[in-house]
Amino acid sequence: MATITFITNDNETIIAEGTTGSVMELAVQNKVKGIDGDCGGVCSCATCHVHVEAEHWEKIGAPSELENDMLEFDENVSEYSRLCCQIDVTDAIDGVVLKVVK
Amino acid sequence: MLTETSNKICVVIGASHAGVNFAFALRKEGWEGEIILFDSDPDFPYHRPPLSKAYLTSEEGTQHDLLFPKQNYETDNVTLKLGQTISSIHRKEKSISISDGSVQHYDKLVISTGSRPFIPSIKGLNTANNVFAMRTAEDAINIRNALKKNHNKVVIIGGGYIGLETAASLSKKGALVTVLEREERVLSRVTAPEMSTYFEELHHNHGVSILSNKNVKSVDFHNKINEVHCDDSSSYKADIIIVGVGIKVNTELAEKAGLEIKDGIKVDAYCKTNDENIYALGDCTYHYNLHYKKYIRLESVQNAVDQAKIAAKSICGEDIAYNSIPWFWSDQYDVKLQMVGLSQGYNQTIKRIETERDNCQSVWYFKDDELLAVDAINNAKAYILGTRFIQKNQIIDKNKLSDISIGITPTSFI
Ligand SMILES: Cc1cc2nc3c(=O)[nH]c(=O)nc-3n(C[C@H](O)[C@H](O)[C@H](O)COP(=O)(O)OP(=O)(O)OC[C@H]3O[C@@H](n4cnc5c(N)ncnc54)[C@H](O)[C@@H]3O)c2cc1C
Ligand code: FES
Repeated sequence: MATITFITNDNETIIAEGTTGSVMELAVQNKVKGIDGDCGGVCSCATCHVHVEAEHWEKIGAPSELENDMLEFDENVSEYSRLCCQIDVTDAIDGVVLKVVK
Repeated sequence: MLTETSNKICVVIGASHAGVNFAFALRKEGWEGEIILFDSDPDFPYHRPPLSKAYLTSEEGTQHDLLFPKQNYETDNVTLKLGQTISSIHRKEKSISISDGSVQHYDKLVISTGSRPFIPSIKGLNTANNVFAMRTAEDAINIRNALKKNHNKVVIIGGGYIGLETAASLSKKGALVTVLEREERVLSRVTAPEMSTYFEELHHNHGVSILSNKNVKSVDFHNKINEVHCDDSSSYKADIIIVGVGIKVNTELAEKAGLEIKDGIKVDAYCKTNDENIYALGDCTYHYNLHYKKYIRLESVQNAVDQAKIAAKSICGEDIAYNSIPWFWSDQYDVKLQMVGLSQGYNQTIKRIETERDNCQSVWYFKDDELLAVDAINNAKAYILGTRFIQKNQIIDKNKLSDISIGITPTSFI
């Protein structure tokens, strides 16, 4: 199980627990504002953009080529950007903090 | 502003991409009253796109691809009535009739009835064996089960996205697949010839036979196998036949209720029909696209989801005009196609094949100087920038765009 903290644009903190699925799905389930997941998690809508807290970047890891291409020209891209539909909820990411971009 | 809604009822006909996203958006916008969703489909509302893609090749149920998790219906107090078909709308009484004879009152009604597969009248098709459409979870399960029984010759009638995706998935599962396309090329309604050629080659390289100019005229079933006959006298054996020739819009309910119908249920910029209390969303709507300045009907998740948000806002007192650039995707083998814009009416295309990467291409559609659409193959950069350029009505330097020694960046084609 992983406990994941989302911080929204209005500085609301939502702590969510999950065991399977993607981080986007976990966010939708917990009504995290700013994570819409419009494309259903196929890396085509960028409505699931988060910035990973720097100290947790190692746990989450770098995006795939496709995801990187989706993000590269985004106005809000940072070196810690990820599309969270591409991150699986696993024990390995327990404790990470994600800032919602929109 | 939102008026008192706690004793109001919002009823939604059709609990799929449009209807379900609408229900949750309505709650988010502050609707306090009841929200009741009806759908004839007994399966818990699921994503359709995976049905022809990952789903066919996996062993998992559709439960893995629910539109929203089950618990959200409880926490957001959204009532789902599955396996129930609506038979009529009574606008004067503000109620709908359900096929079991009961009646449900509404204050606001949303019609998101989508579309259903169009089954052409081909002689013998209705008595052939293992004939399937590809629209519902049940269709996908039936196809998967039929394939398990060592039925491996598959004929797909129709080379649109759904037909081609299904072909890719079934061939991955070891089936011998033939796609019969009536037009001179696959995807002819939706893409330029360059793209059709690309996908035809892709399928050939994976052992799928794509045949164009094949007008299917009849089917017969004998000696335990179907035979599909075309009007050029060719015929193809098939254990399984999949019909993917397009859809019919579910407008009948709305039409009977006297709502305005064109190529779909006509709605305004806020997804409202010509009845103040009735909205329509998704595949079933004929709506205005502000960017392209014309009425269109779309079959896409983007349109269903975006219209859902617009209607939810409108019902809660905030009118924001629908203003989206359409986008769409398709997965076939290891190719990801992402499309943005509407290419209809183009008079020029520019194709780019990126050199620094394998199998990374894009086709840019223009009408004179206006960029209309971009089809991107394994090329999300082209897709993202295309979206931005279209939104901004950016004038593109076509010479630079055609020059593949110039890489794709936000400024390189301006
Ligand atoms: C196999 C497949 C692959 C696809 N792939 C993609 C893709 O990759 N990308 C993309 O953007 N789009 C894709 N689409 C299209 C996308 O799924 C549709 O655009 C989307 O489902 C439209 O949503 P909707 O809610 O408007 O309509 P629908 O999904 O058609 O839902 C309408 C619902 O209304 C119900 N209904 C109709 N009449 C009644 C009635 N009288 N009473 C009760 N219920 C009723 C139906 O049972 C149905 O569940 C795909 C579609 C299919 C079938
Ligand atoms: S949900 Fe669409 S890109 Fe992540």
